[in-house]
Amino acid sequence: MHMTHDVAMGINLLHANEAGAAHNRAHFDQWGITCLNLMSSPGAGKTAVLEKTLAALSNSLHIAVIEGDMTTELDADRLRQYGVPVIAINTGRSCHLDSRMVSGGIHRLQAEYDPSQFDLVLVENVGNLVCPAEFEVGEHYKVALLSLTEGEDKPLKYPIMFREADCLLLTKTDLAPYLDVDLAQIEANVRQINPTVTIIAVSAKTGEGLDAWFDWVRSTVQSDRRAPEKILANEK
Amino acid sequence: MHETDMTKALLMTLQDWWDAQPDRPTVAKVHLIVGQFTCVEPVSLQFAFEAQTRNTFLAGARLEIQETPLIAFCHPCQQEYRPEIGIQYACPTCRSPMEEIRSGRELKIDRIECEESSVCT
Ligand SMILES: Nc1nc2c(ncn2[C@@H]2O[C@H](COP(=O)(O)OP(=O)(O)OP(=O)(O)O)[C@@H](O)[C@H]2O)c(=O)[nH]1
Ligand SMILES: [Mg+2]
Ligand SMILES: [Zn+2]
Repeated sequence: MHMTHDVAMGINLLHANEAGAAHNRAHFDQWGITCLNLMSSPGAGKTAVLEKTLAALSNSLHIAVIEGDMTTELDADRLRQYGVPVIAINTGRSCHLDSRMVSGGIHRLQAEYDPSQFDLVLVENVGNLVCPAEFEVGEHYKVALLSLTEGEDKPLKYPIMFREADCLLLTKTDLAPYLDVDLAQIEANVRQINPTVTIIAVSAKTGEGLDAWFDWVRSTVQSDRRAPEKILANEK
Repeated sequence: MHETDMTKALLMTLQDWWDAQPDRPTVAKVHLIVGQFTCVEPVSLQFAFEAQTRNTFLAGARLEIQETPLIAFCHPCQQEYRPEIGIQYACPTCRSPMEEIRSGRELKIDRIECEESSVCT
């Protein structure tokens, strides 16, 4: 019989990923960038919200996008039309972005641009309601999206993402008249799991609620995170 | 599919640890503590671990997973309760939302059992 001895570990299973996320966040902080990680099931409207966000905010904020797409550049091409740098990350068969992939994106951004010019990096995660919430990529805030067509019970069935979210966008509100969906019930279900999350109902189609979302985004780009010389440049 | 990725992340963490060990020990068992309020399904994780460790330094190593239940603490009631995952997370007594989680979010490598090199060689 083999003798064994125990080595106490007590470290997170995702330690390697979290170390990478801390590295990414340190880069963002050094450059005065706020990073938001957008997560949802496939098709909840991440790219649609990003399009509206770039159209509205890219004049007043310097924005770059890191786009996680399984195999195609379709979403990245949609966003490039707004004239901001879009780093497409081919995630292959992986069902979420991890910190190593985003690190590759950051270093590409760094190679092609002066990264300290940016205020905001928006990360579009792979469409998936389960895993992305467990894999930090170095973001400062997590944004979850849930479209009205997905049903009231999703926050109860897939609670982790809703628990971890700092902001929840209830998307496609223009479809409400066609659906038997109870917006108040969705909110109540989310609140059970996450009492402090900011919930904003939006429609990328009609524009409803987007101003509140833009305000929230602006509020995350806090002056204390921006590099001092940038505050001076912007406020002159 | 996501257990494959979770396993990959676990293997990266274990690889980092192993590379830092001067004696490159033979790993017999990896003990994990996995909470029920995580996105990890232990059975799938077992399966993916066996598949992905073939021909690596972890070949033949076993994975032992201890699950921890979801336990929340209600501040108004000053008591712990067990939310019903998928159904109800608020406090069953006063309906306050689930604020503090005391157990169930663990994704931890608790300890690693290594073969005694004196016996193996
Ligand atoms: N009616 C309506 N349709 C929307 C809205 N937002 C997005 N859509 C539609 O929903 C579909 C998916 O939108 P996307 O923005 O591509 O969703 P996504 O989350 O980026 O999808 P993946 O990246 O593939 O996960 C498209 O057909 C959009 O036109 C909305 O506010 N209202
Ligand atoms: Mg998209
Ligand atoms: Zn209570």
